Formats: sequence, structure tokens, C-alpha cells
Amino acid sequence: MINLTINGQEHELDVPGDMPLLWALRDVVKLTGTKFGCGIAQCGACTVHLDGEATRSCVTPVASAEGKAVTTIEAMADDDVGQRVQQAWLELGVAQCGYCQGGQIMTATALLKENSNPDGAEIRDAMNGNLCRCGTYNRIEAAVARAAGMEDKS
Amino acid sequence: MSRIGNSVMLANVSRRHFLRGLAAGSAFVMAARWGLATAADSAEVKYGAAAMPGGWVDNPNVFIRIDADGTVTITNHRAEMGQGIRTSLALVAADELGADWDRVKVEQADANQDKYGNQNTDGSRSMRHWYEPMRRAAAGARLMLEQAAADQWGVPVDEVETRVHEVVHKNSDRSLGFGELAAAARELEVPDRDQLTLKPDSQLRYIGRETGLVNGDLTNRDTRPPAIDGEDVVTGKARFGADVQMDNMLYAVIARPPVLGATIKSVDDSATLGVRGVVKTITLEGTGMPAAFSPLGGVAVVAENTWAAIKGRDALEIEWNMEPAGDNARYTSNDYRQMLEERAESAGKVVRESGDIEKALKEANKTVTATYYMPHMAQAPMEPPVAIVQFNGDTAEAWAPVQHPRATRQGVAGALGLDLEKVTVHQTLLGGGFGRKSKPDFVIEAARLASQFKGRPVRVQWTREDDIHHAYFHAVSVDRLEAALDSDGKATGWLHRTLSPSIGSLFAEDPKHKADFELGMGFNTMPFDIPAIRLENPEAAAHTRIGWFRAVYNLPHAWAIQSFAAEMAEAAGRDHRDYLLELLGEPRKINPSEFKDGWNYGENPEVYPIDIGRMRAVVERATREANWDNKDRGERRGLGLAMHHSFVSYTAIVMDVEVDDAGEVIIHRADIAFDCGRAVNPERVRSQMEGACVMGIGIALQSEVSFRDGKAEQDNFDRYLIPRMENAPREVHVHLVDGGEDAPMGGVGEPGLPPVAPALCNAIYAATGKRIRRLPVADQLG
Ligand code: FES
Ligand code: FES
Repeated sequence: MINLTINGQEHELDVPGDMPLLWALRDVVKLTGTKFGCGIAQCGACTVHLDGEATRSCVTPVASAEGKAVTTIEAMADDDVGQRVQQAWLELGVAQCGYCQGGQIMTATALLKENSNPDGAEIRDAMNGNLCRCGTYNRIEAAVARAAGMEDKS
Repeated sequence: MSRIGNSVMLANVSRRHFLRGLAAGSAFVMAARWGLATAADSAEVKYGAAAMPGGWVDNPNVFIRIDADGTVTITNHRAEMGQGIRTSLALVAADELGADWDRVKVEQADANQDKYGNQNTDGSRSMRHWYEPMRRAAAGARLMLEQAAADQWGVPVDEVETRVHEVVHKNSDRSLGFGELAAAARELEVPDRDQLTLKPDSQLRYIGRETGLVNGDLTNRDTRPPAIDGEDVVTGKARFGADVQMDNMLYAVIARPPVLGATIKSVDDSATLGVRGVVKTITLEGTGMPAAFSPLGGVAVVAENTWAAIKGRDALEIEWNMEPAGDNARYTSNDYRQMLEERAESAGKVVRESGDIEKALKEANKTVTATYYMPHMAQAPMEPPVAIVQFNGDTAEAWAPVQHPRATRQGVAGALGLDLEKVTVHQTLLGGGFGRKSKPDFVIEAARLASQFKGRPVRVQWTREDDIHHAYFHAVSVDRLEAALDSDGKATGWLHRTLSPSIGSLFAEDPKHKADFELGMGFNTMPFDIPAIRLENPEAAAHTRIGWFRAVYNLPHAWAIQSFAAEMAEAAGRDHRDYLLELLGEPRKINPSEFKDGWNYGENPEVYPIDIGRMRAVVERATREANWDNKDRGERRGLGLAMHHSFVSYTAIVMDVEVDDAGEVIIHRADIAFDCGRAVNPERVRSQMEGACVMGIGIALQSEVSFRDGKAEQDNFDRYLIPRMENAPREVHVHLVDGGEDAPMGGVGEPGLPPVAPALCNAIYAATGKRIRRLPVADQLG
């Protein structure tokens, strides 16, 4: 049995310890906001926060997440920074198909929690691991900057 | 019996037509779709939406429902894959209806061509084919609401009008909300089409209005109608194909033959069956050649979750029989390229000719020759193919992210031996499509597996390795061009040979030549005004599955032609923009048939001529916005230009590019001028242009699937590279060009893509003097 704390809730999962957190979230806990894109830490679609740190859940064995706080895109609406990021995303119409955007928002939120006012180069550096096949990068960059600006105002 | 209007004239004589649209005979339609028929084959030639299987439908009752609480539900029957069609088509209907966007919901239609008309979402057609039917459907619904109000008040219908979400009596202050009228309106007959009046532009609230991000500024921020799926996407609630959850579901991944046509010799699944969570392995026969939309066969591992299935597949021991693959097992793309390059030196099948090219080349003051290569690429939508099918014995249900719901329904029905009506296909959101999800092979796989687990939903999940290794690849292409220039540098002759395997090889015996619709993608529609032109298409055989990739054959054609135009300008010692405008010649409208193009993206050549004026306009606009006249941008930095006409729209791009000492390409800015006729939802048009720009940068710089001995050599994003944020332009500016009063509506999803790679390679030349003739650029600048 694997014990996980996901978005503040305790879960007991009957899965092998080597199952990637991604598949435990999607297939077992049925939280599908975390996406599968590559399975080899190349695309960022599966990004979650482990104790606040942006983490590729596709290469994170579920056993190694025990005892840590797992946070997924489903919880971002309840997070101050996450909320601002979501708002900026909507205002700038970032998403096209949307499939990558949960992962993008998770990475962006982790960045802003660490660095509340990143410059363009810092944003590009932090976001470079998240692929978007629809090519929404310019709007992502603008939206991260915008979300940071919102924090300044508050 | 309720009726609409005051006179008998409104008896609904054409109701039948209203319901069915103008569906054409399907044999001709299929032929036209493939560019295999000419006008002479049919007495009545149909174009546009009417020529598509299932045609169009504009019955309000099919697309619009109003509830007593005033909620307006609009049914979207096209695939949503990021182009924003669920929002944009609903905005069209809401605007014409007079609905308040905050009270509009969108429901996704199941696959049902008889009910909804054509649902095949490719060819950049959704808006240009459905704008008018949607407006008519909404105008009909509006008239029904108005009639219901007039009936209730006992006044003539011309005394009432619709305002936002309500109908008012102009002569009194009475008003009734849409919700209050809904029940009565629903009882009315659908009005005849000729009774409808569409709103004048001055009364439109959403259509054509600039909102959202316009080149860095937020426009009409507070009145922008929110995207229908926006909120769901940012909160993780949006349901893609991959996200469908069913009780009691089984999860499968499949080990497919590594080479097209190979079969299974032997399987040892003993280790697989020992993996915790694995339920069963199932051997699937391949369906042989041509591959069409059929599964490739292989060994399926069915499990209780995705991870168990993946681990189980890793544990399989399979020996493949390469014999049936024949030549495919010897396919090595590097050798193939060299073979095509050699073949390009000799004449091939002539597809268009004017003037005397031999003479022009002989008498030239100077000739320019270049051969260009574009490799295989995989569409690689961010959501890999995935599908769920449940077989119930005499019915089946499928949930899948597909561009072509009709073909999906047919494929599932065929796999399960059911009548079409017994199969329900639920269309989910697509996590990207780009042509990959036009092919329902992955849903048919799920159907075949589901047939063995009656009553249980079975999901087939493709991994990224599956997606890239077993793509329907963008065809490789070799394009050889030769031009004759006179002593003033003016072009007097143009000889272009294009060689690539045809998508036709997917469906029939390999034609080895491009079909009309493939040539019509920018090859025989090459617009330059040159006295002697010869266009040839020598043979090229297919050795893997070839399929549509966003913009399709426009990609190599535009890349070669627009790179070569820059090379010609260089040879003539002329400015590239000025030379390109000279090649285009005077503004004029050309019937595509003059260019031996009988396809014209399915559109009427009278309505959609090849418009040189619009080409010139986008070139002029893009270069002006990019400040072309001030081309000097410093050391190792330069501007590149390209223009292309595709999907009956017009695009020109200027890129401002720096190449650093390490050979890294930095794109400072892209200026995209785009004319698609009326831009219905400019905000989404801009986003499509921005996205196409990024994808095109990947085509230029990074993306290649190469083959060795019949096997794709790349299988994930570590080696099949697609653009990351660092590759995107620092700034993208999109300039929507007004094509003029009579400019018909063009495509949006694809036409932004073809000119990107040539613009970028032309800029690399301006920056470094290095001419790129083989894509991707990769380390050629290092
Ligand atoms: S799925 Fe984890 S990084 Fe791509
Ligand atoms: S929005 Fe489609 S992959 Fe990013």
C-alpha cells in the first residue's frame, strides 16, 4: 500500500511502488488534469508539485512521493499564485488545444512562488522544459509576466 | 398547427432541403475529395461545403436549443483541436441569434453525418464551410422566437425585434426573454430559408470584432467573450480523449510491427503475464496493404492500468517476420533522398507547361539551379492517440479525440460487424490533431480489443514512442528548381520538378505520382508571371505510411519555391521583396484551371480565383511592418521573407533572425501578414498564426524522422525535436490584411505554416550567407 497526500487529501493506493505518480494520479485516483505527453521527462505535460517543487510525475515512482505533499492542477484554483496564473492565462487567451496547459500552469506557478518577479530570460528558462505543440509560447511568456505583475498590485 | 409568419406563403415547402442541406452523391464527392474527378464527370458540379460528404445543414433545431431558464445551447459538430472552433462557431450563432454570450453553452455532437452534415475537420474548412449555415440556423431560431412573441402579443411579426437575449415589441415597451419564449418557439415550424434575413454587419456584436491580445496589447478586455473551454482548461477539468473515465475499464498498449507490413513470427508472453496488473495478451492481425486507416496489428497487452500494460509490453519477446514488408524493410531515408535527388536531374511527368523552357534556359544570360529536401515528420499532437470502445454485443460506444468522426464510426462498425446506426462515437476534445487524428486507426484498435471483452470499456493508449514510430508521416520531398534569367536579371524560364510519395499510396496501389489535390497545394498553383514554365512530377514510391500533416504538400512546395525566389533575387542582384513582387507581376485574378489545377481546395474557382493582388498585399504589408527598407540589422543578423497561398488564404512572413557564433538561431521578431477574407474571430486567427509560426520554426530547424531498414530512428522528444520556448520568436506580430469587399472566406488553421520555413531559411542566409537546402537546419550552422 502506498500512502499519498494529494491536494491535501490522504489516499491509500494499492499499486506497485514503481508505478509513476502520473499513472497513479490518472488511472487510480482519477485526477486527469495531469497529462501524459512523453513519459521520459521531456515535455512537462505531467508536471505536479511535490512539496511545492515542479516535478515530472511521469518519471517519479509513486513510492518516492510518499510523505510529500502532491499538488496537481486541480488544486490551483485554491492557490493564490495559481489563481493569478490561471487568470492571466484566460485574459491573454493562452491556450489552443489546452492539453499542455495544466503542466505549463504548474511550472509557471512554481516559478512565481520562487521568484515573484522573473524577467523574460528567467521565464523562458523556467518554462523551456514544457512543450506546447500548438506553439503558444509567446502568450505563455506574456501570461507569466502578467501574473507576476498582478502580485505586485495586490 | 402552429405556423410562422402571417401568410400561407410560409408553408414550409423546402423543409426537406432545410434538413438535409445539399448533400451530393457520395461517389462523386469522394472522387472530388481526392482530386480524381474533373468537372466533366458530373453534370452538376458542387463546391465548398456542398461538395463534402453529408454537405451542410442549417436547421436551427439541429444546432440550437433554448431552455426555459434562457440558457442557449449550441451544438458544435466539428472537432475542437485548438483552433477554437467550439468558441468561434458558437459566437457566430450567438451573434445572429442575439444571444448573450454569458448564457450560451456549447454541447459537442456525436458522430452523425446524416444529422449534422460533414464533420470531417481538416483542410482548414470549418469556418469557411459553416459560417453561413450557422448564421442561417441562428437567424431561423431568432425568427421563431420573434414569431412566438408576436403570437403571444397578437401583433404582426414585423413589429417585434430581437435585442440581447430578449424579443421586444417596438410599439410598446413589452418584452419577453428567450427563456420565456422557448417553449412556444419550439412548437413552430422551421421557417423557410428565403424568409430569413441575416443581421447587417452594423448589428453584429461578436463577429469580426478584435478582442484579446493584439500584438502585445489587450483589446476590448472587458467585453471579450470568454473562450468556451478556457476555464476548464486552466483548472484541469477539460476532458480530452485521454481523460475519459469509465467503470471497469481495461487499459491496453500494443506492440506494433516495427516496419510497415511486417507480421508476427512468434510471441513469448510468459514474462508479460507475470507483471502485476496484466490481464491478457491478444494478437492482432495486421490488415495488410494498402494500410489506409487500418490498424497495423501486433500484440496487445491488456491490463488493469496503463502502467501495467506498458510494463507488460516491455516484457514481451516478439520475433517479427520482415518478409511480408518487402521493400519497406530496406527503406533507408538517406539513400532514398539521394535516389530522388538523382532522379530529379531527369525529366518526369509534365503537369503544367507554358512557353518554351528549353529555349529559355538555352538563351539565358544566367541560370540558377537548386535542389531542396524536406524530411519525414510526425504530427506529434501533444495528446498521443487514445481511444475507448465498449462493445455490448449488438451495439458499441466509442469515446475518442478524432478529426473525422464519420470515418471513425465506419471503422468501429466495420471492426465489430455492426451497422453504422448501432455505433455511437462520442467526440472529445482533441489534445492537438495536425492531421494525425484524421485517421481513426487507433479507435479501430480499441474496437477490435473491445470485441473480446463484451460489456467492458477498453482503452488503447499510444505512448509517445508509438506515436512517432508509427505516425502517418509527412512525405519526404525533393524539389529541384532551375530558372533562366535575362541580362537584366528578369526571370524568363522556370523549371520545377517535385518528387515525393503520394498520400494516395495509403489507400490504393501506389500511384507514385502526386494526385491533383497534392499538386494543387502550391506546386501547379505556383503564381509567378514567367514566360516559360514547366512543372514536372517524376515518380516516387512510398515505403511507409504517408499521411496529412498540417498544410500537407504546401510545406515542401512553399519551402522550395520561396527559398528559390530568394536565390534568384540574389543571382539577379536584386532586393528580394522587389524581385518577389516582380515575379508575382501585376495584380490579377487567375482561374486555377489555367494552372491545370482542377481542385482549388474544393472551392468554386469563380469565387476563389488565385488572386495576385492579395498576394502582393500580404508581401507589402509584412515587409512594411518589419521595416524591410531598413534591412541592415547588424552582424550575423538579417531579414528573410516568404509568401504562400494555401487553403484559399494568403500569408507572408518576414523574420528577423540572428545566428550566434555557436550556430544557434535567435528569432528576434516575426511579422506575419495574413488575409483570410473576413476574420470571424480575429483573436483565434491571430493565435493560429502565432502557433503556426512556432511549428514552422521546428520544421525549419529541428524536426525530422529518418528511417533505417524500414524503422523510424526517432521515437520521442529527446530525438524528434519540436520547438521549445527558447526557439519561439521573441516577438510575433500578426497583421490581418483586408482582402477587400469581395474577398471570400479562407482557411486559417493551416495557411500560416508553409511560409515559415522558407522565411526563416532566407533570414539565415541574410544573416550568415549560408544557404539552407536541406531541412532541418539542425547543426548545419555550427
Ligand atoms: S509526460 Fe512527463 S515530461 Fe512528458
Ligand atoms: S495548447 Fe496545445 S499543446 Fe499546448
